Formats: sequence, C-alpha cells, structure tokens
Amino acid sequence: MASLGKIARRTFLFGAAAIAGGVAFGYYKYSQPFENPLEKDLLPGEGTLNAYVKIGPDNRMTVIVPRAEMGQGVTTTLAALVAEELDVRLDQLTVEHGPAAPAYYNRAALSEGAPVPRFDEGVVAEALRGTMGVLSKLFALQFTGGSSSTIDAFEPMRRAGAMAREMLKAAAAEKLGVAAASLKTAEGRVSDPASGRSLSYGELAADAARMSPPADVPLKPRSAWTLLGKPQPRKDMRAKVTGAPVYGVDVALPDMVHATIRMAPLPGQRMVKMDTSAAKAMRGVIKIVEIDSPLGHGFGVIADNSWRAFQAADAVTVEWEKPARLPDPETVRADLSAAYKTASPASLRTLGDPDKVMASAAPGSILEAEYFVPYLSHAPMEPMNATARFKDGKLTVWAPNQSPSVIQMVGSRITGLAADQIEVHTTLLGGGFGRRLEPDFSDYAIRLALQSEGRPVKVIWRREEDMGHGVFRPAAIGRYRAVLGSDGRPSAITGSVASQSVVAGMVGRIAPSVPLAGPDNTMLDGAYNQPYAFAHHRIDAYKAALPVPVGSWRSVGYSFNAFMQECFLDELALAGKVDPLELRRSLLAESPAALGVLNRVAEMAGWGNPPPAGRARGLAYNLSFGTHVAEIVEVSGDPASGIRVEKVWCAADPGLVLDPKIFEAQLMSGILFGLSAAMYQEITFGPDGADQLNFSDYPALRMNEAPAIEIALLETSSFMGGAGEPGTPPSMPALANAVARLSGKRIRELPLAKAVTFA
Amino acid sequence: MRLTVNGKSHDIDAEPDMPLLWALRDILDIKGPKFGCGAGLCGACTVIIDGEAVRSCQTALQDATGAIRTIDGLADGEKLHPVQQAWIDEQVAQCGYCQAGQIMNAVALLEKNPAPTDADIDEAMAGNLCRCGTYPRIRAAIHRAAGTGQGI
Ligand code: FES
Ligand code: FES
Repeated sequence: MASLGKIARRTFLFGAAAIAGGVAFGYYKYSQPFENPLEKDLLPGEGTLNAYVKIGPDNRMTVIVPRAEMGQGVTTTLAALVAEELDVRLDQLTVEHGPAAPAYYNRAALSEGAPVPRFDEGVVAEALRGTMGVLSKLFALQFTGGSSSTIDAFEPMRRAGAMAREMLKAAAAEKLGVAAASLKTAEGRVSDPASGRSLSYGELAADAARMSPPADVPLKPRSAWTLLGKPQPRKDMRAKVTGAPVYGVDVALPDMVHATIRMAPLPGQRMVKMDTSAAKAMRGVIKIVEIDSPLGHGFGVIADNSWRAFQAADAVTVEWEKPARLPDPETVRADLSAAYKTASPASLRTLGDPDKVMASAAPGSILEAEYFVPYLSHAPMEPMNATARFKDGKLTVWAPNQSPSVIQMVGSRITGLAADQIEVHTTLLGGGFGRRLEPDFSDYAIRLALQSEGRPVKVIWRREEDMGHGVFRPAAIGRYRAVLGSDGRPSAITGSVASQSVVAGMVGRIAPSVPLAGPDNTMLDGAYNQPYAFAHHRIDAYKAALPVPVGSWRSVGYSFNAFMQECFLDELALAGKVDPLELRRSLLAESPAALGVLNRVAEMAGWGNPPPAGRARGLAYNLSFGTHVAEIVEVSGDPASGIRVEKVWCAADPGLVLDPKIFEAQLMSGILFGLSAAMYQEITFGPDGADQLNFSDYPALRMNEAPAIEIALLETSSFMGGAGEPGTPPSMPALANAVARLSGKRIRELPLAKAVTFA
Repeated sequence: MRLTVNGKSHDIDAEPDMPLLWALRDILDIKGPKFGCGAGLCGACTVIIDGEAVRSCQTALQDATGAIRTIDGLADGEKLHPVQQAWIDEQVAQCGYCQAGQIMNAVALLEKNPAPTDADIDEAMAGNLCRCGTYPRIRAAIHRAAGTGQGI
C-alpha cells in the first residue's frame, strides 16, 4: 500500500487506489504525471487541482482538501462540493488538509493575476489567463490566496465525488447482480429499490477500486443540488468553540523545545555583534543561535518554554548596523515621488486617447488630486510561528501556512534536500490575509531545527516581531487627473501610481532564481481593470525602489487603487454636481452585474432619501477577484468630537454562491478589515525599526466601534468570483467618501485618523 | 506553586513572575487560552479567575491564587456550555483564534449580567479583538445565550 503523500506526489489518481486506511478516489485531468515542471512543455488549461476522497471499510469518509483553512470556511465548502456529488451527508465527511504536492497548484489564483481586466471575456483574455495558469504550474505552487479556493475546486471536487459515486455503484451492481443504472445513492449507501437491499460505501470501497473509472461523469445540474447554494454548518466550528489545539502555536510533539526570534528591526539591516552571556545563564535557556538568512539577520533563543525564550531574547544585548538609508516617512514619500522621474511607466490598458484630450482641454476644466496610502502590516490574530524538526536527514515542518510548496522550496534551499523529501503539515491558521504565503517563519524555524539535535523546535514570534517585520502592504502615491466636460462628467481620466512591486518582492523572497520581466499588474489592479465605460482612460504604474519588504495583503493592489480611483470619482461627481451613484450608473450602464450591485446597495441604504441630520453616506464600487461589490458607509458625528461609523450596506455579485452564510461572513470580515486600515492603520519606520509594534499603536476595529453590516448577494454575473478579498477594496473609499461629505473636507491620505477623530 | 485550573489542582515549579498564560500552555499543556499580543491588548488569552475575566498574559503566576477556568473546561464532557452552543448556532468563528478568549469573556459577562444590552456587550467585549471581523455574530450569540437562560 502506498502512502497518501506518495500517491499525491507521484502516481496521481486516474480513478481509485488502495491506500493505507481505505480507498482513495480521485479525479485527475493530466495525461502525464507531474514531474519536473520546468522541463515540461505545458499547454494552457491542461491541468487542474487534483481532488480526492478516501473511503475506509468502516465507512469513514475523508475529503482531502488541498487548501488552508484560515477562517474562510474553505474546508466546509470544498467538502460540500464532494458531498453533493458523492451523495453523502456533510457530517459523514471528515476533512483533512492534503500533503504538499504540485498537483494541488492553484490555477485560478494566477489566472486572476493575468494582466487582463476580469470582465473582458474575449478570446485574448482567456488565452492570457491560460498562460498565467501555466506560470503557476511552472512554479508548481500550491497556495491559498487570491480568493480562489472554491473557484479552483468547483469542478474537480465535484468530479471526484461523482466519479467515486459511479464506481461505488458499479461495484454494487456487480455484487447485487443488477444494472448500475437502476441503483440509487444517498447518505453513503447504494440501494436497489427493486429488492430493497443496500450496501454502505465502506463495504463497497475495495471492490469499487477495481472498477475502471467512467470516462465521463455528468455533474448534477444546479436545480438538483441539495447542499450547494445553501448554508452549511461549518466543519471547523466545534473545535473552535472548545479551544481545541488546532493552530500552529498549539503544536506539541514529544521532546519538543520552544524558541523565539529577534531579527534586525529595519529592512536589510545586519547585526554587528551580540552579547548573550546574561541571556544564556537564564533559567530554561538551551541555546542562542545566530540566524543569517536572506530574509533577515538576527538570532533565535531555544528554551524549554516560550516565555523563557522571550525573556532571554530581550536579555541579549545587540548592536545593529546603522542603516544606509532609513525608510522614514519623508524618505518613503521622496522615493515614491522620485519613481515618477526615474521609472518608466507601465500600463496594461488604454481607452481612447486620454493624453490628447488632456492636451486640448479648456483651461480650468482639468481636475487633479494626489492620494497616499501607507505601509500596512497584516496582524493576523495568531502571530507568525512554525515548528520544525531535522532528524536522521529528514526535515518535517508543521506550520499555519498558505503555501506548503513555499515551505518545501525554502527547506530545500536551506538543507539541500529535494523538495519532495520535506514533509509539511498544515495546521489551522489563526488568520492569514496573505501573510502566511511568506517563507520567513518557516525559514527561521528550519534554521533553528538544524541546531536542535534532532528535537522539534516550535518557534513563536512575539507580536512585536510579527508586526514590525511585515511583510507589508506597499505604501503608494496615486496622482489622478481628469477633464471635466460641460455636462459635469469626466471626459478623460488618467492615474499614475508609484509603489513597490509586490510580485517582485514575493518572487525575490520565494524563488529568487526566477527572472522577472514585464509589468506587475498588482500595481494597477483595482483601477485599470474596472468595467467603467470611460471614453478616455489609462492608469500608469511607476515601480519604486525602497528596501521595505512588500507582499500580498488582503486584496493586494486593489486595496489602494480602489481607494484612489473611487475617491477621485467621488471628487469628480462633487465638482461636476452629479450624484455619485448617478455618475457610476452611467459609466456602468453596459455592465449589468456591476449596475446590479450598485442599484441593490442604493436600494438597501435608501440612497434616494437624504440621511438624517448629522449623518452622511459614501459610496464605492469595485470589481476584484471576479466579484462585483458596491458598498455604502454611513457615518455620524463631526471631525473634532469624533466620527462614528454607523452602518455599512454591501451588495456583491460573485456569479454563483456556494454557501451564502460563509460568503456573507467573508464579505463582512473583508469590510471590517478594510475599515480598520482606513481608519487607523499605518506602519512607519524610525531609527529603531517600525514605530508600530502592537495593537496599541496599530489599532483594529473593536466590538464597540464596529458598524452594523447588511449584505445582499446576487448571482447574475457571468463568471464565478471569490469571497475573501472583494469586501475589502470598496470599504476604504466608501468610508473616505462618507467622511468627506460629513466634514466637507476631502482627506486624500490614509489612515483617516491622522486628520479626523473617530469616536 | 499551586494552581487550580478547571477544578483540578496542579503543583508547578516555575518563576513567580511567569505569566499564567505560559504556565497553562507550556507547562500544563492547557492550550485553550491563546497568545495574541502578550500585552493585555487583544484578549485572546482570557481566562476566568474567581468569576472575573482576566488576561492571562498579564497575570503573574504568583497572583493566580484563585480558581482558574479556561475554555478547555467549559463544556460538560460532550455537552457544550450554552455560550459555546450559541456560538455554534450563530456560526460565529472564522479563523477562530480569538474565539476562546471571546467566549470566556462572554461567559464572565453573562454570569454577572444575564440579560446584557448592546451597550453592556460593547463595554464588556471591547478588550477582545477579532481580526476576522466576527463582531456582529458574537453580539448575536451573546443575545442568544442570554435568551436561553439555561443556567449560565
Ligand atoms: S495575549 Fe493576552 S491580551 Fe493579548
Ligand atoms: S475569528 Fe479570526 S481573529 Fe476572531
């Protein structure tokens, strides 16, 4: 019998295979085993996620879910996809996180990354998205991000369930001596209505494994769904309300030691010297080890208890090298501004000829605005951590992570082991938001494991290390210009964004040997790829070089470009004396799904009726990760004594909603995440590192400030969109627009709390 | 030092200034209370001592002389505490990391105030951060648990 890990990596399932503990049924579309992806000639669209379900003789059924559970309910929804076709109750399925395997690579996420607007479904667009799919295969990255898990799994998970069902039926038909077509399946049993006999899937699994897999299994039409499209009880809920030890920080292994790290506080900074004599003598301290990684320089303390490691880390005296150039707020602005002169602009889409319209515009008809957003930390509730063991030449890592492939790549780089010799266990994640795609927490843990004489070492970062080291959502400047026509509407818009490249940053840290070329579309996402029918429009990106490590932060480029462009549209509406809803409606007249969410949110908030005295509303729309979202934020109070965010209305159209309750919760989460950032959050650097190191300096919304939220889900869009990120982008401009209406003062920089007080 | 946790007493040999959180997690292997900030700012580590919700990351072992309750001891075997049940009924958790602290804080609130208003909830729960934005469902679950009145 093969181990599951081996099957996933090597042989792949063209049907079913006996494995330890039962039979695995899988669906797999490749015609070739996935070997070295760099040597293969790949065709767009030839592969997709390999999903499978394991059935034991005792009727225990397990779905192997190759995506991390970080709160987005993915384990429940992916299991429901299988259960729907397999004809089992959701509570009959157990969910396990799959092993790291290239066949799990996430094609949908990188497809979304293709530099083509999401609404453009033409041939060229599809082909380009296919190319990005190939890129993800090239990197062979298995990751959870880009709001893509359910989109990527929608077809293969259902096919896995359907195929298993058909093979189980075939086995039952043979046993019972009747035609398979006459058999019925429900709740994990195959029954013969004619004779009343029935067999459990567990009894049939071994025989089913010998059946040849059906060539094509038709999937149930939507009208026949009993689980999908309806709210399901989350499979992870009981563990989470009982305090079960399911997270990375909870990992407990025999003989384990505890550790923490203290890395150079400034980006790229090195340690000049350290004195460990006092720390070494402290109770419980086992070892203090220098960490010299491409991701950071510092040290780790290994002890018999996390707190003792923390105490000792503080007791080490360190001299850090003086930074060549401190990325303090002035420098950040100066370097971003300099990019407009030194970098060559990149754009991905031009409508009409905005430059010509600008050049010939009547004097006084041009409006300009400059926006700024700061660096942001992710601050998931569970601080960065990982546990690693290097024993008998074998490396094992346990970590709350969004990409086991990244951990394998990092482990391979450090130890020289082949990636598939490295075992990765993914725990539940206490939040991810893009932060847990990064290699640093595994890198440092692996380096400490190499010094731990075969004992597993659990490395927990203190909140201050986590918040102060990012990686960060990039700071950005956006310079917008528009020509306002005599009808009060913009006839041409251009935007110029200066920021660091997230893709360059991530590739540099994850796969430094991969050459990068071409524009980074994340710098333009959220502004260039919107379905607005502008006559003349272009967004240019200018890559800035700053030493601060930048990465994926919930909604990535959408998190700043949506803020800038949606605020600018609001300013244009005010200047042209046009209602901001009306302006967007006219620009989206040809995009029914976009218009649909706008109309719905306006109806929910009663946009037509002015808000009560002392209150104001702001509106924003954005299409991200395939989902159209419109939000209205209502605020009250005044800027001096305190503004309160009272209410958020949100209408979203992801085309298809697999679980409405989970989808809603995800949007709500994205909205509160965005509002927290827009109101309060920024990371700045001083001589000693980041100025914000804990929730006292980097506040997030709390219960007493959280607005009421009302959400409507529509299903008219022609493509399937994500849930985790699309709530975030419109929340920030909708709030800024509301505050502008309330105070009569336009704030073009985040966080807003630098200019107004929130109550 | 002697600690009473979920009705059981434990003798432990540790520094008197070690935060209760780490004695629970790393010495007694009681993993319900979570580490979020280590500075009393997030509430992930909340436990109940003598009826009061306290931040175990800010409570030195030498001060933890009362009866300590953690989420690990909240359910009665398989039977969930009404507040846990309300959390399931409202499907509160997302990543879930903050929820052990949220639930313990809510239990302490409801034990003192069996029918809290929204303002009471705001005041009592403001120290418990949730980065996943589950507040609307937390509020609903507290009201639901209050409504059941099943001997909280
Ligand atoms: S860990 Fe104790 S309050 Fe945050
Ligand atoms: S559920 Fe994730 S932090 Fe609260």
